[in-house]
Amino acid sequence: MSQSSVDFPPKGGFSFDLCKRNDMLTQKGLKAPSFLKTGTTIVGLIFQDGVILGADTRATEGPIVADKNCEKIHYMAPNIYCCGAGTAADTEAVTDMVSSQLRLHRYQTGRDSRVITALTLLKKHLFSYQGHVSAALVLGGVDISGPHLHTIYPHGSTDTLPFATMGSGSLAAMSVFEAKYKEGLTRDEGIKLVAEAICSGIFNDLGSGSNVDICVITKGHKEYLRNYMEPNPRTYISSKGYTFTKKTEVLLTKITPLSERVKVVEVAGEAMEE
Amino acid sequence: MDLNLDAPHSMGTTIIGVTYNGGVVLGADSRTSTGMYVANRASDKITQLTDNVYVCRSGSAADSQVVSDYVRYFLHQHTIQLGQPATVKVSANLIRMLAYNNKNMLQTGLIVGGWDKYEGGKIYGIPLGGTVVEQPFAIGGSGSSYLYGFFDQAWKEGMTKEEAEQLVVKAVSLAIARDGASGGVVRTVIINSEGVTRNFYPGDKLQLWHEELEPQNSLLDILNAGGPVPMAM
Repeated sequence: MSQSSVDFPPKGGFSFDLCKRNDMLTQKGLKAPSFLKTGTTIVGLIFQDGVILGADTRATEGPIVADKNCEKIHYMAPNIYCCGAGTAADTEAVTDMVSSQLRLHRYQTGRDSRVITALTLLKKHLFSYQGHVSAALVLGGVDISGPHLHTIYPHGSTDTLPFATMGSGSLAAMSVFEAKYKEGLTRDEGIKLVAEAICSGIFNDLGSGSNVDICVITKGHKEYLRNYMEPNPRTYISSKGYTFTKKTEVLLTKITPLSERVKVVEVAGEAMEE
Repeated sequence: MDLNLDAPHSMGTTIIGVTYNGGVVLGADSRTSTGMYVANRASDKITQLTDNVYVCRSGSAADSQVVSDYVRYFLHQHTIQLGQPATVKVSANLIRMLAYNNKNMLQTGLIVGGWDKYEGGKIYGIPLGGTVVEQPFAIGGSGSSYLYGFFDQAWKEGMTKEEAEQLVVKAVSLAIARDGASGGVVRTVIINSEGVTRNFYPGDKLQLWHEELEPQNSLLDILNAGGPVPMAM
Protein backbone atom coordinates (compact mmCIF):
# COMPACT_ATOMS: atom_id res chain seq x y z
CA MET A 1 0.00 0.00 0.00
CA SER A 2 1.54 3.26 -1.05
CA GLN A 3 1.72 6.18 1.25
CA SER A 4 0.29 9.25 -0.40
CA SER A 5 1.26 12.61 1.04
CA VAL A 6 -1.49 15.08 1.76
CA ASP A 7 -1.35 18.17 -0.43
CA PHE A 8 -1.62 21.32 1.62
CA PRO A 9 -3.17 24.20 -0.30
CA PRO A 10 -0.67 27.02 -0.83
CA LYS A 11 -0.86 29.65 1.90
CA GLY A 12 -0.80 32.53 -0.52
CA GLY A 13 2.01 34.76 -1.75
CA PHE A 14 4.61 33.88 -4.36
CA SER A 15 5.38 30.18 -4.77
CA PHE A 16 9.11 29.66 -5.19
CA ASP A 17 8.75 25.99 -6.22
CA LEU A 18 9.56 26.51 -9.87
CA CYS A 19 12.45 28.96 -9.45
CA LYS A 20 15.13 26.25 -9.35
CA ARG A 21 13.63 24.58 -12.41
CA ASN A 22 13.58 27.93 -14.28
CA ASP A 23 17.21 28.60 -13.39
CA MET A 24 18.18 25.16 -14.63
CA LEU A 25 16.31 25.72 -17.90
CA THR A 26 17.89 29.13 -18.54
CA GLN A 27 21.30 27.62 -17.91
CA LYS A 28 20.49 24.97 -20.50
CA GLY A 29 19.72 27.75 -22.96
CA LEU A 30 15.95 28.25 -22.82
CA LYS A 31 14.91 31.89 -23.15
CA ALA A 32 12.49 33.21 -20.56
CA PRO A 33 9.12 34.28 -22.02
CA SER A 34 9.01 38.03 -22.57
CA PHE A 35 6.43 40.36 -21.07
CA LEU A 36 3.34 41.28 -22.99
CA LYS A 37 4.11 44.83 -24.09
CA THR A 38 1.85 47.19 -25.89
CA GLY A 39 4.32 48.42 -28.55
CA THR A 40 1.85 51.14 -29.18
CA THR A 41 1.01 54.46 -30.58
CA ILE A 42 -1.12 56.55 -28.21
CA VAL A 43 -2.02 60.20 -28.73
CA GLY A 44 -4.14 62.95 -27.25
CA LEU A 45 -5.07 66.44 -28.32
CA ILE A 46 -7.10 69.35 -27.04
CA PHE A 47 -9.71 70.74 -29.43
CA GLN A 48 -12.18 73.58 -29.02
CA ASP A 49 -14.78 71.66 -26.98
CA GLY A 50 -12.57 69.24 -25.05
CA VAL A 51 -10.10 66.39 -25.45
CA ILE A 52 -9.68 63.61 -28.04
CA LEU A 53 -7.64 60.49 -27.19
CA GLY A 54 -6.51 57.90 -29.73
CA ALA A 55 -4.73 54.54 -29.67
CA ASP A 56 -3.82 51.60 -31.88
CA THR A 57 -4.87 48.05 -30.89
CA ARG A 58 -1.82 45.79 -31.18
CA ALA A 59 -0.35 44.02 -28.17
CA THR A 60 3.03 42.32 -28.73
CA GLU A 61 4.97 39.63 -26.92
CA GLY A 62 8.47 40.07 -28.26
CA PRO A 63 8.13 39.69 -32.05
CA ILE A 64 4.69 38.06 -31.93
CA VAL A 65 1.37 39.86 -32.00
CA ALA A 66 -0.39 38.49 -28.94
CA ASP A 67 -3.63 40.46 -29.31
CA LYS A 68 -4.75 41.98 -32.61
CA ASN A 69 -7.55 44.03 -31.08
CA CYS A 70 -6.78 45.02 -27.50
CA GLU A 71 -8.17 48.08 -25.72
CA LYS A 72 -5.59 50.67 -24.76
CA ILE A 73 -7.94 53.49 -23.80
CA HIS A 74 -8.81 52.84 -20.16
CA TYR A 75 -11.70 54.26 -18.18
CA MET A 76 -10.72 56.36 -15.19
CA ALA A 77 -13.87 58.34 -14.46
CA PRO A 78 -16.98 59.28 -16.47
CA ASN A 79 -15.14 62.40 -17.62
CA ILE A 80 -11.55 61.08 -17.66
CA TYR A 81 -9.88 58.45 -19.86
CA CYS A 82 -6.29 57.27 -19.97
CA CYS A 83 -4.29 55.68 -22.84
CA GLY A 84 -1.52 53.33 -21.74
CA ALA A 85 1.77 52.26 -23.36
CA GLY A 86 4.45 49.96 -21.99
CA THR A 87 3.93 46.67 -20.16
CA ALA A 88 0.23 45.76 -20.61
CA ALA A 89 -0.17 44.38 -17.09
CA ASP A 90 1.31 47.53 -15.55
CA THR A 91 -0.92 49.93 -17.50
CA GLU A 92 -4.06 47.86 -16.77
CA ALA A 93 -3.26 47.51 -13.08
CA VAL A 94 -2.28 51.10 -12.45
CA THR A 95 -5.24 52.58 -14.32
CA ASP A 96 -7.69 50.20 -12.60
CA MET A 97 -6.23 51.03 -9.21
CA VAL A 98 -6.42 54.79 -9.71
CA SER A 99 -9.91 54.47 -11.22
CA SER A 100 -11.10 52.81 -7.98
CA GLN A 101 -9.36 55.41 -5.86
CA LEU A 102 -11.11 58.13 -7.88
CA ARG A 103 -14.48 56.45 -7.38
CA LEU A 104 -13.99 56.34 -3.61
CA HIS A 105 -12.85 59.95 -3.66
CA ARG A 106 -16.01 60.92 -5.58
CA TYR A 107 -18.17 59.24 -2.95
CA GLN A 108 -16.33 61.04 -0.22
CA THR A 109 -16.32 64.52 -1.76
CA GLY A 110 -19.64 64.35 -3.61
CA ARG A 111 -18.06 65.99 -6.65
CA ASP A 112 -16.95 64.94 -10.13
CA SER A 113 -13.31 63.87 -10.37
CA ARG A 114 -10.71 66.29 -11.64
CA VAL A 115 -7.98 65.35 -14.09
CA ILE A 116 -5.20 66.67 -11.83
CA THR A 117 -6.42 64.35 -9.05
CA ALA A 118 -5.92 61.37 -11.34
CA LEU A 119 -2.56 62.85 -12.40
CA THR A 120 -1.28 63.20 -8.83
CA LEU A 121 -2.43 59.69 -7.85
CA LEU A 122 -0.73 58.17 -10.89
CA LYS A 123 2.51 60.13 -10.59
CA LYS A 124 2.88 59.35 -6.87
CA HIS A 125 2.47 55.64 -7.51
CA LEU A 126 4.85 55.54 -10.46
CA PHE A 127 7.52 57.65 -8.72
CA SER A 128 7.47 55.44 -5.64
CA TYR A 129 8.26 52.43 -7.86
CA GLN A 130 11.19 54.33 -9.41
CA GLY A 131 10.35 53.41 -12.99
CA HIS A 132 9.94 49.67 -12.43
CA VAL A 133 6.19 49.95 -13.12
CA SER A 134 6.62 50.35 -16.84
CA ALA A 135 3.57 52.45 -17.66
CA ALA A 136 3.70 55.48 -19.96
CA LEU A 137 0.30 57.17 -20.01
CA VAL A 138 -1.61 59.87 -21.84
CA LEU A 139 -4.28 61.15 -19.47
CA GLY A 140 -7.09 63.35 -20.75
CA GLY A 141 -10.43 64.61 -19.55
CA VAL A 142 -12.77 67.53 -19.06
CA ASP A 143 -13.64 68.67 -15.57
CA ILE A 144 -15.06 71.76 -13.90
CA SER A 145 -11.87 73.70 -14.64
CA GLY A 146 -11.84 72.87 -18.35
CA PRO A 147 -10.16 70.36 -20.68
CA HIS A 148 -6.82 68.88 -19.60
CA LEU A 149 -4.21 66.70 -21.29
CA HIS A 150 -1.16 65.26 -19.54
CA THR A 151 1.58 62.73 -20.27
CA ILE A 152 2.98 60.59 -17.46
CA TYR A 153 6.32 58.81 -17.76
CA PRO A 154 7.28 55.55 -15.97
CA HIS A 155 9.62 57.40 -13.59
CA GLY A 156 6.82 59.66 -12.40
CA SER A 157 7.41 62.90 -14.28
CA THR A 158 4.50 64.61 -15.99
CA ASP A 159 4.01 67.17 -18.74
CA THR A 160 0.96 69.25 -19.57
CA LEU A 161 0.56 69.76 -23.29
CA PRO A 162 -1.98 70.77 -25.95
CA PHE A 163 -1.08 67.66 -27.98
CA ALA A 164 0.89 64.60 -26.93
CA THR A 165 2.06 61.23 -28.19
CA MET A 166 3.61 58.24 -26.38
CA GLY A 167 4.79 54.71 -27.13
CA SER A 168 7.08 53.25 -29.78
CA GLY A 169 5.07 54.96 -32.53
CA SER A 170 5.20 58.34 -30.81
CA LEU A 171 7.72 59.83 -33.22
CA ALA A 172 5.62 58.92 -36.26
CA ALA A 173 2.48 60.34 -34.65
CA MET A 174 4.23 63.45 -33.34
CA SER A 175 5.43 64.31 -36.84
CA VAL A 176 1.79 64.39 -37.99
CA PHE A 177 0.76 66.56 -35.05
CA GLU A 178 3.64 68.98 -35.41
CA ALA A 179 2.77 69.46 -39.08
CA LYS A 180 -1.00 69.80 -38.78
CA TYR A 181 -2.07 70.73 -35.25
CA LYS A 182 -3.57 74.14 -34.61
CA GLU A 183 -5.57 75.61 -31.74
CA GLY A 184 -9.36 75.61 -31.87
CA LEU A 185 -9.88 72.49 -34.00
CA THR A 186 -13.47 71.38 -34.50
CA ARG A 187 -14.59 67.90 -33.45
CA ASP A 188 -14.37 66.45 -36.95
CA GLU A 189 -11.01 68.05 -37.68
CA GLY A 190 -9.68 66.76 -34.37
CA ILE A 191 -10.88 63.20 -34.96
CA LYS A 192 -9.42 63.24 -38.46
CA LEU A 193 -6.05 64.45 -37.16
CA VAL A 194 -5.94 61.88 -34.35
CA ALA A 195 -6.85 59.07 -36.77
CA GLU A 196 -4.14 60.26 -39.14
CA ALA A 197 -1.55 60.30 -36.36
CA ILE A 198 -2.46 56.80 -35.17
CA CYS A 199 -2.41 55.49 -38.74
CA SER A 200 1.05 56.99 -39.14
CA GLY A 201 2.11 54.94 -36.11
CA ILE A 202 0.30 51.81 -37.32
CA PHE A 203 1.95 51.82 -40.75
CA ASN A 204 5.42 53.07 -39.82
CA ASP A 205 6.06 51.44 -36.44
CA LEU A 206 6.42 47.67 -36.08
CA GLY A 207 5.16 47.71 -32.50
CA SER A 208 1.81 49.27 -33.48
CA GLY A 209 -0.87 47.97 -35.80
CA SER A 210 -4.42 46.82 -36.43
CA ASN A 211 -7.21 49.28 -35.70
CA VAL A 212 -7.70 52.84 -34.46
CA ASP A 213 -9.63 53.50 -31.22
CA ILE A 214 -10.81 57.02 -30.45
CA CYS A 215 -12.37 58.62 -27.38
CA VAL A 216 -13.90 62.11 -27.52
CA ILE A 217 -14.50 63.82 -24.17
CA THR A 218 -16.41 67.09 -23.89
CA LYS A 219 -18.11 68.89 -21.04
CA GLY A 220 -20.69 66.52 -19.65
CA HIS A 221 -20.45 64.03 -22.52
CA LYS A 222 -18.07 61.33 -23.78
CA GLU A 223 -17.95 59.08 -26.86
CA TYR A 224 -15.86 55.94 -26.90
CA LEU A 225 -15.45 55.05 -30.60
CA ARG A 226 -14.05 51.54 -30.41
CA ASN A 227 -12.50 50.47 -33.73
CA TYR A 228 -13.30 53.85 -35.30
CA MET A 229 -11.14 52.84 -38.25
CA GLU A 230 -10.08 49.39 -39.39
CA PRO A 231 -7.34 49.94 -41.95
CA ASN A 232 -6.02 46.36 -41.69
CA PRO A 233 -8.90 44.03 -42.57
CA ARG A 234 -8.36 40.38 -43.26
CA THR A 235 -8.80 40.48 -47.01
CA TYR A 236 -8.07 36.91 -48.03
CA ILE A 237 -10.58 34.35 -46.87
CA SER A 238 -10.39 30.95 -48.51
CA SER A 239 -13.58 30.12 -50.43
CA LYS A 240 -13.24 26.45 -49.54
CA GLY A 241 -13.39 27.20 -45.86
CA TYR A 242 -11.12 25.55 -43.33
CA THR A 243 -11.44 21.82 -42.63
CA PHE A 244 -9.24 19.49 -40.71
CA THR A 245 -8.50 16.14 -42.29
CA LYS A 246 -8.28 13.98 -39.23
CA LYS A 247 -11.04 14.37 -36.67
CA THR A 248 -11.09 13.14 -33.12
CA GLU A 249 -12.71 9.70 -33.15
CA VAL A 250 -15.65 9.20 -30.84
CA LEU A 251 -15.39 5.77 -29.24
CA LEU A 252 -18.09 5.86 -26.63
CA THR A 253 -20.89 8.23 -25.57
CA LYS A 254 -22.31 7.88 -22.06
CA ILE A 255 -24.55 10.47 -20.47
CA THR A 256 -25.13 10.38 -16.71
CA PRO A 257 -27.66 12.83 -15.32
CA LEU A 258 -26.22 14.45 -12.22
CA SER A 259 -29.38 13.90 -10.18
CA GLU A 260 -28.58 10.14 -10.09
CA ARG A 261 -25.23 10.79 -8.41
CA VAL A 262 -25.89 13.75 -6.19
CA LYS A 263 -28.71 14.41 -3.76
CA VAL A 264 -29.69 18.09 -3.46
CA VAL A 265 -31.02 18.86 0.01
CA GLU A 266 -32.57 22.19 0.94
CA VAL A 267 -31.47 23.31 4.33
CA ALA A 268 -34.12 25.36 6.06
CA GLY A 269 -32.03 28.32 7.10
CA GLU A 270 -32.97 30.93 9.61
CA ALA A 271 -34.74 33.90 8.17
CA MET A 272 -32.79 37.13 8.31
CA GLU A 273 -33.95 39.21 11.19
CA GLU A 274 -33.88 42.93 11.34
CA MET B 1 20.82 55.65 -33.89
CA ASP B 2 19.24 54.38 -30.72
CA LEU B 3 16.69 56.85 -29.40
CA ASN B 4 16.14 54.90 -26.18
CA LEU B 5 12.57 56.04 -25.48
CA ASP B 6 12.68 54.10 -22.18
CA ALA B 7 15.27 56.41 -20.71
CA PRO B 8 14.14 58.46 -17.75
CA HIS B 9 12.83 61.89 -18.57
CA SER B 10 15.60 64.37 -17.92
CA MET B 11 15.87 68.07 -18.34
CA GLY B 12 19.33 68.64 -19.85
CA THR B 13 18.67 72.29 -19.26
CA THR B 14 20.06 75.69 -18.75
CA ILE B 15 18.76 77.45 -15.63
CA ILE B 16 19.79 80.86 -14.34
CA GLY B 17 18.93 83.02 -11.34
CA VAL B 18 20.17 86.62 -11.08
CA THR B 19 19.61 89.30 -8.43
CA TYR B 20 19.18 92.92 -9.42
CA ASN B 21 18.53 96.18 -7.68
CA GLY B 22 15.11 95.40 -6.17
CA GLY B 23 14.43 91.74 -6.94
CA VAL B 24 15.44 88.67 -8.88
CA VAL B 25 15.14 87.36 -12.43
CA LEU B 26 14.90 83.61 -13.02
CA GLY B 27 15.41 82.15 -16.49
CA ALA B 28 15.34 78.73 -18.14
CA ASP B 29 15.15 76.98 -21.52
CA SER B 30 12.24 74.61 -22.27
CA ARG B 31 13.63 71.28 -23.48
CA THR B 32 12.82 67.97 -21.74
CA SER B 33 14.52 64.95 -23.30
CA THR B 34 14.03 61.17 -23.07
CA GLY B 35 17.34 59.78 -24.33
CA MET B 36 17.85 61.50 -27.68
CA TYR B 37 14.18 62.40 -28.24
CA VAL B 38 12.77 65.74 -27.18
CA ALA B 39 9.73 64.69 -25.17
CA ASN B 40 8.52 68.22 -24.46
CA ARG B 41 9.83 71.19 -26.42
CA ALA B 42 7.89 73.79 -24.43
CA SER B 43 8.14 72.72 -20.82
CA ASP B 44 8.02 75.16 -17.92
CA LYS B 45 10.99 74.58 -15.66
CA ILE B 46 10.33 77.56 -13.41
CA THR B 47 7.76 76.37 -10.87
CA GLN B 48 5.98 78.32 -8.21
CA LEU B 49 6.57 77.45 -4.55
CA THR B 50 4.75 80.41 -3.00
CA ASP B 51 3.44 83.75 -4.27
CA ASN B 52 6.88 85.27 -3.89
CA VAL B 53 9.28 82.30 -4.31
CA TYR B 54 9.93 80.29 -7.47
CA VAL B 55 12.35 77.45 -8.21
CA CYS B 56 14.21 76.54 -11.43
CA ARG B 57 14.42 72.78 -11.90
CA SER B 58 17.11 70.74 -13.68
CA GLY B 59 18.21 67.11 -13.83
CA SER B 60 15.70 64.29 -13.49
CA ALA B 61 12.21 65.58 -14.35
CA ALA B 62 10.47 63.19 -11.96
CA ASP B 63 12.77 63.92 -9.00
CA SER B 64 12.59 67.69 -9.40
CA GLN B 65 8.78 67.66 -9.78
CA VAL B 66 8.33 65.56 -6.65
CA VAL B 67 10.73 67.69 -4.58
CA SER B 68 9.06 70.95 -5.62
CA ASP B 69 5.58 69.46 -4.96
CA TYR B 70 6.59 68.46 -1.42
CA VAL B 71 8.20 71.83 -0.68
CA ARG B 72 5.16 73.70 -2.04
CA TYR B 73 3.00 71.71 0.35
CA PHE B 74 5.31 72.33 3.34
CA LEU B 75 5.54 76.05 2.55
CA HIS B 76 1.78 76.32 2.27
CA GLN B 77 1.41 74.92 5.79
CA HIS B 78 4.29 77.06 7.02
CA THR B 79 2.66 80.22 5.61
CA ILE B 80 -0.62 79.41 7.37
CA GLN B 81 1.15 78.77 10.66
CA LEU B 82 3.43 81.81 10.36
CA GLY B 83 0.65 84.17 9.30
CA GLN B 84 2.78 85.93 6.70
CA PRO B 85 4.53 85.09 3.42
CA ALA B 86 7.41 82.61 3.73
CA THR B 87 10.95 83.90 3.23
CA VAL B 88 13.22 82.80 0.39
CA LYS B 89 15.73 81.45 2.92
CA VAL B 90 13.14 79.11 4.47
CA SER B 91 12.09 77.87 1.02
CA ALA B 92 15.69 77.18 0.06
CA ASN B 93 16.31 75.42 3.34
CA LEU B 94 13.32 73.10 2.89
CA ILE B 95 14.53 72.18 -0.60
CA ARG B 96 17.97 71.58 0.83
CA MET B 97 16.66 69.27 3.59
CA LEU B 98 15.00 67.04 1.01
CA ALA B 99 17.96 67.16 -1.38
CA TYR B 100 20.59 66.44 1.29
CA ASN B 101 18.73 63.74 3.20
CA ASN B 102 17.88 61.86 0.01
CA LYS B 103 21.10 62.53 -1.82
CA ASN B 104 21.55 58.88 -2.81
CA MET B 105 18.17 58.67 -4.50
CA LEU B 106 17.72 62.09 -6.07
CA GLN B 107 19.41 63.55 -9.11
CA THR B 108 18.25 67.13 -9.40
CA GLY B 109 19.91 70.56 -9.25
CA LEU B 110 17.72 73.50 -8.26
CA ILE B 111 17.92 77.29 -8.08
CA VAL B 112 15.55 78.97 -5.63
CA GLY B 113 14.81 82.65 -6.16
CA GLY B 114 12.34 85.12 -4.72
CA TRP B 115 11.66 88.30 -2.85
CA ASP B 116 10.70 88.82 0.78
CA LYS B 117 10.40 91.96 2.90
CA TYR B 118 13.32 91.11 5.21
CA GLU B 119 16.12 90.43 2.76
CA GLY B 120 14.76 91.65 -0.58
CA GLY B 121 15.66 89.67 -3.70
CA LYS B 122 17.74 86.53 -3.01
CA ILE B 123 19.06 83.61 -5.06
CA TYR B 124 20.05 80.26 -3.53
CA GLY B 125 21.75 77.54 -5.58
CA ILE B 126 21.19 73.91 -4.52
CA PRO B 127 23.27 71.61 -6.72
CA LEU B 128 23.52 67.78 -6.58
CA GLY B 129 24.38 66.58 -3.09
CA GLY B 130 22.31 69.13 -1.22
CA THR B 131 24.64 72.08 -0.53
CA VAL B 132 22.86 75.40 -0.27
CA VAL B 133 24.77 78.50 -1.38
CA GLU B 134 23.44 82.05 -1.37
CA GLN B 135 24.79 83.81 -4.44
CA PRO B 136 24.24 87.09 -6.29
CA PHE B 137 23.70 84.97 -9.40
CA ALA B 138 23.49 81.21 -9.95
CA ILE B 139 23.63 79.01 -13.05
CA GLY B 140 22.78 75.34 -13.35
CA GLY B 141 22.06 72.48 -15.72
CA SER B 142 24.12 71.01 -18.55
CA GLY B 143 24.09 74.29 -20.50
CA SER B 144 25.61 76.22 -17.61
CA SER B 145 29.10 74.91 -18.45
CA TYR B 146 29.12 77.32 -21.38
CA LEU B 147 28.16 80.32 -19.27
CA TYR B 148 30.75 80.51 -16.49
CA GLY B 149 33.12 82.66 -18.52
CA PHE B 150 30.27 84.74 -19.92
CA PHE B 151 28.97 85.63 -16.47
CA ASP B 152 32.44 86.41 -15.13
CA GLN B 153 32.63 89.06 -17.80
CA ALA B 154 29.02 90.28 -18.10
CA TRP B 155 27.72 90.23 -14.51
CA LYS B 156 27.77 93.43 -12.50
CA GLU B 157 26.25 94.58 -9.21
CA GLY B 158 23.22 96.84 -9.09
CA MET B 159 21.71 96.22 -12.53
CA THR B 160 18.26 97.46 -13.37
CA LYS B 161 15.35 95.10 -13.99
CA GLU B 162 15.61 95.49 -17.78
CA GLU B 163 19.40 94.93 -17.79
CA ALA B 164 19.06 91.83 -15.63
CA GLU B 165 16.36 90.30 -17.81
CA GLN B 166 18.30 91.02 -21.00
CA LEU B 167 21.36 89.40 -19.44
CA VAL B 168 19.38 86.29 -18.54
CA VAL B 169 17.78 85.98 -21.99
CA LYS B 170 21.15 86.47 -23.73
CA ALA B 171 22.80 83.89 -21.49
CA VAL B 172 20.12 81.23 -21.98
CA SER B 173 20.15 81.78 -25.72
CA LEU B 174 23.97 81.42 -25.82
CA ALA B 175 23.71 78.17 -23.91
CA ILE B 176 20.93 76.90 -26.19
CA ALA B 177 23.21 77.57 -29.19
CA ARG B 178 25.96 75.36 -27.77
CA ASP B 179 24.25 72.73 -25.62
CA GLY B 180 22.33 69.93 -27.35
CA ALA B 181 20.28 69.21 -24.26
CA SER B 182 18.92 72.77 -24.06
CA GLY B 183 16.53 74.32 -26.54
CA GLY B 184 13.05 75.52 -27.31
CA VAL B 185 11.93 78.83 -25.84
CA VAL B 186 13.36 81.07 -23.12
CA ARG B 187 11.09 81.63 -20.12
CA THR B 188 11.82 84.28 -17.50
CA VAL B 189 10.17 85.13 -14.19
CA ILE B 190 10.81 88.51 -12.53
CA ILE B 191 10.03 88.70 -8.79
CA ASN B 192 10.12 91.92 -6.80
CA SER B 193 8.13 93.84 -4.18
CA GLU B 194 5.40 94.60 -6.72
CA GLY B 195 4.80 90.96 -7.62
CA VAL B 196 5.65 88.42 -10.29
CA THR B 197 5.96 88.87 -14.06
CA ARG B 198 6.28 85.92 -16.44
CA ASN B 199 7.83 86.44 -19.87
CA PHE B 200 8.25 84.22 -22.89
CA TYR B 201 10.74 84.49 -25.76
CA PRO B 202 10.07 82.07 -28.64
CA GLY B 203 13.15 80.33 -30.05
CA ASP B 204 13.00 81.95 -33.44
CA LYS B 205 12.97 85.46 -31.95
CA LEU B 206 16.29 84.97 -30.15
CA GLN B 207 19.50 86.58 -31.32
CA LEU B 208 21.67 84.54 -33.67
CA TRP B 209 25.25 83.78 -32.69
CA HIS B 210 28.47 83.33 -34.64
CA GLU B 211 28.11 80.49 -37.11
CA GLU B 212 24.33 80.87 -37.17
CA LEU B 213 24.65 84.34 -38.69
CA GLU B 214 24.19 84.87 -42.43
CA PRO B 215 27.38 85.87 -44.17
CA GLN B 216 27.17 89.64 -44.33
CA ASN B 217 29.34 90.23 -47.35
CA SER B 218 28.98 89.12 -50.93
CA LEU B 219 30.18 85.74 -52.11
CA LEU B 220 33.18 87.35 -53.74
CA ASP B 221 34.37 88.76 -50.45
CA ILE B 222 34.05 85.45 -48.72
CA LEU B 223 35.96 83.62 -51.47
CA ASN B 224 38.72 86.18 -51.42
CA ALA B 225 38.94 86.42 -47.67
CA GLY B 226 42.08 84.79 -46.31
CA GLY B 227 42.36 83.26 -42.87
CA PRO B 228 42.34 85.46 -39.76
CA VAL B 229 45.18 88.00 -39.89
CA PRO B 230 48.07 86.85 -37.69
CA MET B 231 48.87 89.08 -34.74
CA ALA B 232 51.71 91.47 -35.44
CA MET B 233 54.22 91.97 -32.64
